[in-house]
Amino acid sequence: MSTSEITTVAAGSGEEPARPAAGPPRAARRKSRRRGRMPLRARLRRDWPLLLMTLPAGLLLLVFHYLPTIGNVVAFQDYNPYAGDSALEALLYSNWIGFGNFKTLFGDPAFWGALENTLTITAFQLVFFFPLPIALAILVNSVLSGKVRSFIQTVVYLPHFFSWVLVITFFVQMLGGAGLLSQELRQAGVTPPNIMSNPDTFIVLVTAEAVWKDAGWGMIVFLAALSTIDPNLYESAAVDGAGRWRRTWHITLPGLRPVIVLLLILRLGDALSVGFEQYLLQRDAVGRGAAEVLDTFVYHQSIATGNYGFGAAAGLFKAAVGLVLILAANRFAHMIGERGLISRS
Amino acid sequence: MSVNIASKPGRPRRAPWEEKPTPAGQFLKVLALAVVVLAVLIPMWSVLVTSLASRQTINEAGGMVFIPKEIDTAAYETILAGGTVTRALWVTTLVTVAGTAVSLTLTVLAAYGLSRPGSLGHRTVLFYFLLTFLIYPGLVPSYLVVTGMGLKDSLWSLVLPTAISVFNLVVIRAFFQNIPQELLDSARIDGAGEFRILLRLVLPLSKAVVAVVGLFYAVGYWNTWFNALLYIDSNDKFPIQRILQSMILLGQSPQFTGATGATLPPTESIKMAVVVVTVAPIVVVYPFVQRHFIKGVILGAIKG
Repeated sequence: MSTSEITTVAAGSGEEPARPAAGPPRAARRKSRRRGRMPLRARLRRDWPLLLMTLPAGLLLLVFHYLPTIGNVVAFQDYNPYAGDSALEALLYSNWIGFGNFKTLFGDPAFWGALENTLTITAFQLVFFFPLPIALAILVNSVLSGKVRSFIQTVVYLPHFFSWVLVITFFVQMLGGAGLLSQELRQAGVTPPNIMSNPDTFIVLVTAEAVWKDAGWGMIVFLAALSTIDPNLYESAAVDGAGRWRRTWHITLPGLRPVIVLLLILRLGDALSVGFEQYLLQRDAVGRGAAEVLDTFVYHQSIATGNYGFGAAAGLFKAAVGLVLILAANRFAHMIGERGLISRS
Repeated sequence: MSVNIASKPGRPRRAPWEEKPTPAGQFLKVLALAVVVLAVLIPMWSVLVTSLASRQTINEAGGMVFIPKEIDTAAYETILAGGTVTRALWVTTLVTVAGTAVSLTLTVLAAYGLSRPGSLGHRTVLFYFLLTFLIYPGLVPSYLVVTGMGLKDSLWSLVLPTAISVFNLVVIRAFFQNIPQELLDSARIDGAGEFRILLRLVLPLSKAVVAVVGLFYAVGYWNTWFNALLYIDSNDKFPIQRILQSMILLGQSPQFTGATGATLPPTESIKMAVVVVTVAPIVVVYPFVQRHFIKGVILGAIKG
């Protein structure tokens, strides 16, 4: 705030009235700031370079984010890509069919199957993936030697930067039918289990892959939060006779609580997304009974088959539910007194 | 990032009030951490060793090799001598370098433009950017827009749609806002324009965050796979991830210049050599940037 005052003075519009030091109520202060502002033209003269700087990125978002958002109207069309010379023309000449695509969608058992798979995987990973980075962070944080700690961090962050193609390649080479594990077992005279293409255990496999790729990286936020906990708390608790586990339960976990809640909200708001490339890459090996999730359903029902309107309807359904979920989760966080995701600041 | 225990130099010590760990507890802790670290390192090790193994070693092991016997670089010579893999590496390098340059420039500019609350239109423009977190355009309309713009089978289709990550923008913006504003104001009074301030003053102070975000963008472009599946039709424009997928997951064999049939090194070592060249750039660049992660990312994540 002080900086904006300095620039105001520097720009030569010193009509800001000197306020008494006693803080006025918030609303009044805001009002006075508004009154004290320089005229629009002067602000434009001062700030146009800043606006210009945001322009290229803003344009890219307009074209590749907001334009497609509006393009979701094809969900209400029997979209025919050959109805015109360009996508826009095709959109103008295609037939409007109201909620027809949505009716077909909700009557399609494959859609409900994909939705069920998605929600099952989300729930499964909330239990078996979500707590792991927290536990790992507490574990790594308890290592005394800084060198060992940073070595572990270097190693476990790394797979986060691998593509899904690469992660699945590693899994195939280690656990697949011709992988390291199978050949060792075969040499020992044991029939190797089918890990990579078994639909029944697919949910465990994708969770293991996700853990391998991202549990280490997920730790980084918790490590940062751990470093902000006042070490004196531990000392006084120990003096009062709290043991290792009680200190973890009563100091460490409460210290991590805001971050945990925030990430939980994000995850719940994103409940309909479990990842896309990971499932698309393995769908053929496992079959769609187990590996079809909402995102792959959209892809296979639209671009792979040319049924754009129907695919867009499925995508729009997912986006709309996702928006509702994230806003609801955020509101819930505010209700229980956490800072939440969206705060007006 | 270091934990605030004894601030004395030398060996870190347990605080005096802390009880000594039980042997069993200590053992379990070391075991758990060893499992975690080895789970990452073993696959990478085995892939590397297999890529350097001779036909005989691979046959003896029955596929993947774990214990190195010799170093045979024939697989690398084959894949880098020309043909599908070499071309894909060039294409991916081009996309990564050009894409990172575009992304980083535009993101830094926008982050600086949004770094001063109270400037004209600040709230509106910021809202415009942040709204993208809540609204997800969907696959089908995005596909129609990109193809409708004539980007199909163009390498720009791998760059432009993903060029701006608003998350990265927020991270850089938070870093910029932590720079003492008095510094910038004094430059302004001296008559420096905003572009000059950004280039001469702000950027030199923000190397850490620019390095981290640059890595994020570069890795994203290097890993591009699905957009190439959607938009790229010509074989000679395939990025390396698509080649890797077709080799390992679909079992297709790529074309090589100057080598055929019997003269080729074993398939397994060729495959693993492709995996290694796909991983290598990430493993090489990453340690230089890693130490900035906490400073760069967490600050942004917490403030944003």
